[in-house]
Amino acid sequence: MKYTPVIGLEVHVELYTKSKMFCSCSADYFGKKPNTHTCPVCLGLPGALPVPNKKAIEWCIAIGLALNCQIPTFSKFDRKNYFYPDLPKGYQISQYDQPFCVNGNITLSNGKKIRITRAHMEEDTAKLTHAEVNAKNVSLIDFNRSGVPLVEIVTEPDFENAVEVVEYLKLLQQTVRYLGVSEADMEKGDMRLEPNISLKRPGENGLPGYKVEVKNINSFKFVEKAINFELERQKELLEKGETPKQETRGWNEQKQATLSQRSKEEAHDYRYFPEPDIPLFTISREDVTKTKKSLPELPQAKLARFKKQYSLTSYDAEILTREKQTADFFDEAVKIGNAHNIIPKQIANIIINKKTDLEKTLPAELIRTIKAQTSRVTIDQSDLEKIVGEVIKENKNIVAAYKAGKTNAIQVLIGIVMQKTKGQANANDVKSLLENQLR
Amino acid sequence: MLNNLSLQQAKQLLRQKKATSLELTRFYLERIKKLEPKISAFITVCEKEAQDQAKKADELLSQGDKKPLLGIPISVKDNFNTIGIQTTASSKVLESYIPPYDATVVASLKRAGAVIVGKTNMDAWAHGSSTETSDFGPTKNPWNIKTLPGGSSGGSAASVAADEVVASIGSETAGSIRQPAAWCGVVGLKPTYGRVSRYGVVAMGSSLDSPGPITKTVEDSAMILNILAGKDKFDATTSPNIVEDYSKNLNKNISGLKIGISSKYFKKCESEVEKKVEQALKVFEELGAKIQEIKLFDPQYAIAVYTIIQRAEVSSNLARYDGIRYGNGRSKFGEEAKRRIMLGTYALSAGYYDQYYNKAQKVRTLIIEDFKKAFKQVDVIVGPTSPSTALPLGASKGHPMFGEMADILVEPSSIAGLPGINVPCGFSREDLPVGMQIIGPQFSESIILNVANQFEKNTDFHKVKPKL
Repeated sequence: MKYTPVIGLEVHVELYTKSKMFCSCSADYFGKKPNTHTCPVCLGLPGALPVPNKKAIEWCIAIGLALNCQIPTFSKFDRKNYFYPDLPKGYQISQYDQPFCVNGNITLSNGKKIRITRAHMEEDTAKLTHAEVNAKNVSLIDFNRSGVPLVEIVTEPDFENAVEVVEYLKLLQQTVRYLGVSEADMEKGDMRLEPNISLKRPGENGLPGYKVEVKNINSFKFVEKAINFELERQKELLEKGETPKQETRGWNEQKQATLSQRSKEEAHDYRYFPEPDIPLFTISREDVTKTKKSLPELPQAKLARFKKQYSLTSYDAEILTREKQTADFFDEAVKIGNAHNIIPKQIANIIINKKTDLEKTLPAELIRTIKAQTSRVTIDQSDLEKIVGEVIKENKNIVAAYKAGKTNAIQVLIGIVMQKTKGQANANDVKSLLENQLR
Repeated sequence: MLNNLSLQQAKQLLRQKKATSLELTRFYLERIKKLEPKISAFITVCEKEAQDQAKKADELLSQGDKKPLLGIPISVKDNFNTIGIQTTASSKVLESYIPPYDATVVASLKRAGAVIVGKTNMDAWAHGSSTETSDFGPTKNPWNIKTLPGGSSGGSAASVAADEVVASIGSETAGSIRQPAAWCGVVGLKPTYGRVSRYGVVAMGSSLDSPGPITKTVEDSAMILNILAGKDKFDATTSPNIVEDYSKNLNKNISGLKIGISSKYFKKCESEVEKKVEQALKVFEELGAKIQEIKLFDPQYAIAVYTIIQRAEVSSNLARYDGIRYGNGRSKFGEEAKRRIMLGTYALSAGYYDQYYNKAQKVRTLIIEDFKKAFKQVDVIVGPTSPSTALPLGASKGHPMFGEMADILVEPSSIAGLPGINVPCGFSREDLPVGMQIIGPQFSESIILNVANQFEKNTDFHKVKPKL
């Protein structure tokens, strides 16, 4: 029988604001001495009160806007009540029915739209470590992480396989990094994923009557494995005529399997109610517009522009836009290179082949280096003509496009020639040779 | 010479160097030692700290320092965090808790130069109106030690009535300042919600809690409000509204002032209380005020709303005492706290939220609107503070709704976040004080303080002291 996977995602992204969500303690906790970034508020001491971090809310809204969300005018915080030793107040301040961001979407490379249900703001918990001290098993609590701002991004169950999930996650990670609001380092726990997975029987209407949430996934590789494992496990159960249990499972890397953690019967009633310590928010449209305008060019837009404006292949553009710093460097280098007849492809090659350390080089320096190289070693004119001829023969599609009026296509051909000559030719010479031969 | 000093009088004495802060502080510490076996107003007496603070104050006084409370001995309810001094909220759960920080109110008092002589008894977690639910034993009413002081700020009110301090700080969720002030015959001001910071006050009903002064005179109340009021960066619910000089408008003519009364409030009272408040209204009339009957919701609706919202908030606020921190586990919670946790948890549970909590919030909005409408017709509302005078010790036992009944006349205005002040307005046949409350619109503290002061200036009830 053919089952259709139904997968939704909850992703927690930790913001790297200077201070925590509700107090002025430093939010930079990673690797710091335990319990040194604490105060009455993040320790949940009697009488302490939360004061929301404006920057964190602004960043949450920026994430929402980057994911094409709507930003409702009214929003509020709620208390999510549950007991756990890492939660000093006995409740987490989160958002329930009026999050900052709702109804967004993101389009995957296969054209499929993934709907974003919501993106909301909450606080992180403290960190538990189970250790042995003086031959006794103990649990230690480090409150440095308690109260660090978290944004939870929830999708509709629109994914059908692990590949789509991983693409979405990478894009999300790239997006928050572009926004400069999180390092989104999975290993450090800046970004945490919880897929919920179920299978739809053929002909079944609506969503399946159960879902399995998988926790404890801290890399893109694990998410892929965990999803594939779950789909297989659930398929086997369904084929036996059983319905998989609604439960929370954890990915166990050693066993390469998901293991049951908590079943539906133990599910929490969080007794949400509006956080009385924080007044309601009215988000002005002006502020939303301002935040929207301040957003940088986002990864997908940049990728598309690089391909079009610089005539780069998808492969090249993808590498160049993976990190904003690289993309910005490239943009700048192209601008300078233009004046020196150095084409984007030449610059792209150098960056992609990591021939230069971007952190230590300025774009202008890179261009100088390229220029020096190309003027020092030159290629024999007849050899160059030969190569140009070959390239025209080998790239019929591009040539056809050029002849059909897509004059930009010549840039691609120049790029290929430049690659073949290892950058020894002069791009202008190549261009006129190509133009001659294509006439 | 040092007996029964108001804050204003104590201040003058110190300024005129007729007494030092250390003398004054020692006088009160002695008095506390003498009276505590009878009254039990305090949980902690800070003998050493108080004398150290007094010495410092004397140094500053000799340099001509003008801090508004410099050298004045006061007490603070035990739900205000005080750095280095045990803060229990009268619960065994916190009996060994020593806070590493000061509540904003405490910090403000210290900045103003006050000498904190001790932490006063209260109903455990401020759950109650008797101070009988304290895990450290009840406080007794200085007017008759066989009766209750009211609560939850019963220790604060008793400490002021017994002249164990110059003034005290209490907190009110619904009645916890005004009702004990009424039963102990002192002035108790519950400010507008958000006027005084809650930061560092052990949370009870977070959407209602309002710290405020309990004093011997209205003038003292205004002086302390001047120090406590204002926006606090540690409490997001404090108002940015400008803080007035509350001492400035205490002597305005109230001729023409429109005072609203609701017969629904009087009907709930013992006849003696009703009579005394009606007599008080005559004083206002003589001063030129106009008394008019207004329509207000029956206060019983406020009880229903309050019970649900407050229990819900309590159930969440007490979750942090989870047995992992603070030395004691949840088994140390008293009966009343357990009852409230269970009720609140139930009211917030899936499937019941809309039926209880949500509905209560809607009715709360209606009550707010009801008062808004009333304040279009009148400037202030006057009524009895409590339906009765001080009840005998033991009266709260076995009556889970004791507090709600004792506070029925203050709960509606608390639900609406309004300011209200209790002033003594007479004595019962048993010589127990009767209190009258003056309620105003939000942020009308200046007005109600003036109205209260006009009454006090033209009556002598505040001058009568209990015989101890």
